[in-house]
Amino acid sequence: MRYSAFKILKEALTGNRGWKPVWRHPEPNPEYDIIIVGGGGHGLATAYYLAKRFGLTNVAVLEKGWLGSGNIGRNTTIIRSNYLLEGNQPFYELSLKLWEGLEQDFNYNAMVSQRGIMNLIHSDAQRDAFVRRGNAMRLSGADAVILDRDGIREKCPFLDFDNARFPIQGAIWQPRGGTVRHDAVAWGYARGADERGVDIIQNCEVTGFQIENGVCHGVETSKGPIRAKKIAVCVAGSSSRVMEKAGMRLPIESHVLQAFVSEGLKPVIPGVITFGAGHFYVSQSNKGGLVFGGDIDGYNSYAQRGNLPVVEDVCEGGMAIMPMIGRARLLRMWGGIMDMSMDGSPFIDKTGIDGLYFNGGWCYGGFKATPASGFCYAHLLATGAPHPVAQHYRLDRFLRGAAIDEKGSGAQPNLH
Amino acid sequence: MIIEHPLLGPRDAAEFVYLGDAAMIDRPDGMTVDDTGMHDYMYLRDNPAGDIRELWYHEQGDRSWLVVTRNTITHEITKVELARDVARRSGRSR
Repeated sequence: MRYSAFKILKEALTGNRGWKPVWRHPEPNPEYDIIIVGGGGHGLATAYYLAKRFGLTNVAVLEKGWLGSGNIGRNTTIIRSNYLLEGNQPFYELSLKLWEGLEQDFNYNAMVSQRGIMNLIHSDAQRDAFVRRGNAMRLSGADAVILDRDGIREKCPFLDFDNARFPIQGAIWQPRGGTVRHDAVAWGYARGADERGVDIIQNCEVTGFQIENGVCHGVETSKGPIRAKKIAVCVAGSSSRVMEKAGMRLPIESHVLQAFVSEGLKPVIPGVITFGAGHFYVSQSNKGGLVFGGDIDGYNSYAQRGNLPVVEDVCEGGMAIMPMIGRARLLRMWGGIMDMSMDGSPFIDKTGIDGLYFNGGWCYGGFKATPASGFCYAHLLATGAPHPVAQHYRLDRFLRGAAIDEKGSGAQPNLH
Repeated sequence: MIIEHPLLGPRDAAEFVYLGDAAMIDRPDGMTVDDTGMHDYMYLRDNPAGDIRELWYHEQGDRSWLVVTRNTITHEITKVELARDVARRSGRSR
C-alpha cells in the first residue's frame, strides 16, 4: 500500500474502510539466509536496506516484545551530524543524508523536521573547540555555522545571555539538524521491509545460539529453533544479556538515561538547543511539549527509570539557559537503557564466531544513527566487508589502542 | 538511592562517584599478564541484569571505597561493605 493525497481523499469519502495492516504477522520459517535479532529501529532499518539496497529478502527479524518497543520509542528524537572525530563524523553525516531522503525512500511520513540544532558556547576555550568541530563537520560535507550573540538572539531571544555563571558567548549551529517522529521511523522501515518479503516475527525471544565448532548456524527461540547462514544481533540496551548466550563479554555497560516532556505550550523553541556548560538539551514537539534531557544516571541499570539527582541536574541546566521554562509543568518522565561502551562509540562488526554479527554500543546517541546503522550493518552482512564510514566501529579497537573517544573523557562508560 | 554506609549510616547515592563492577579490585599483575589479559580486565564487563557487586567511592563523604551489592533491575541495595575488607578477604595485603 502506497500513501498519496488521492488515497487519503478516497478513504475519507468511503468511510476509511480501505486501510489495511501495513505488515504481516507471519510464523517463522525453519530457515532463513539472515536472521536479525531485535526489531527496534536499527534492526528494522537493517532489514529494510538488506531488502531494498542489497536484494536480500529471505530475512527474518525476531523481536522479543512488539515491534519498536525499545529505545526507538523512548528517545528524544534528535537528528544531527555534529561530531569531531574521523571515525564518527562521516558515519553520522551519511545518517543525516539518509534522514533527508528517508520519507521519499520508504513512502512514509516520519515528520523529518530540519529545524536546526544549536550548541551554546560559554567560554573562549569552548569556542575554540567548537570552531574546530565545525571545521571537521564541514570537511565531512556537513553544515556548520558559528553564531555570535546577535546571531543567536535572532533565533532565540529568550535565552539568559548574561547569566552570572554561564554567559552565552556564541553557538555552533547546524541548520540541517532537527527532529523526527521516532515511532514512525520504526513503522516505515517495518512496512518497507515487510512488503519486500522480510518476515517480522514479534513476541519471539531469542533464548540461545546454535554454535558448533566456532560457527553459528541459528538461534533457539521461544517459537522453536530457527536456522540461518548469518545471525545479526541488534539489541542495544540488552547487548550484554544476548551476547552472553553466545559466550561473549562486551566492552559495554547498561545505563539508564532519563528524558522528560513538559505540558503542551505554544511554539517557543525553534529547533534543538543544548547547554554548553552542563548537560541539558531541549526541543519542542509538534504537540507543543518541551522534550528535554541530560546526563545518564551513571550506574549500571536495566530499570527503565532513573533517580532524582539527575532530574535536579537536568532542570538546573535548563534554568541556567532559559529561566522562562521554570513555570512549565512536567508532564512525563521516563528512562531508557543505553549500551554504554567504553569510549562512547558504537560497534558494527563481525564477532569471533563465524556467522554471528554484532551491532550495539550506541550509548545515548542511537536514534540519529538509525538509518546509517541499518545501512552499514546491511552492507556488512551482504558484502562481508565493513562500509567505509563504519570501518572504525570494530569490537577489537581497545585491544589495538584505537578507541574513538569523541568526548575525550577516558575509557569508562559513565563518563561519556 | 540510599546507600547504607558501614561507618556513616544511610547516605544519598549522589554523594558517591560510581566506578563499576567490583571485579576491578582484582587487577592482574601488569608485569606478567599479556595484552589480551589486561584488555579483558580493563574493557570487558559482565554487565548482569540482576545482582551486581560494584564499587562506589564516597567522594563527598569519608572518601572510602565501598563494595555495594545492588540489583540492576530494581535498584535495591542488599549489602554494603568496605572495599578494604573485601580486598583483604581475597588475600590482598593492602
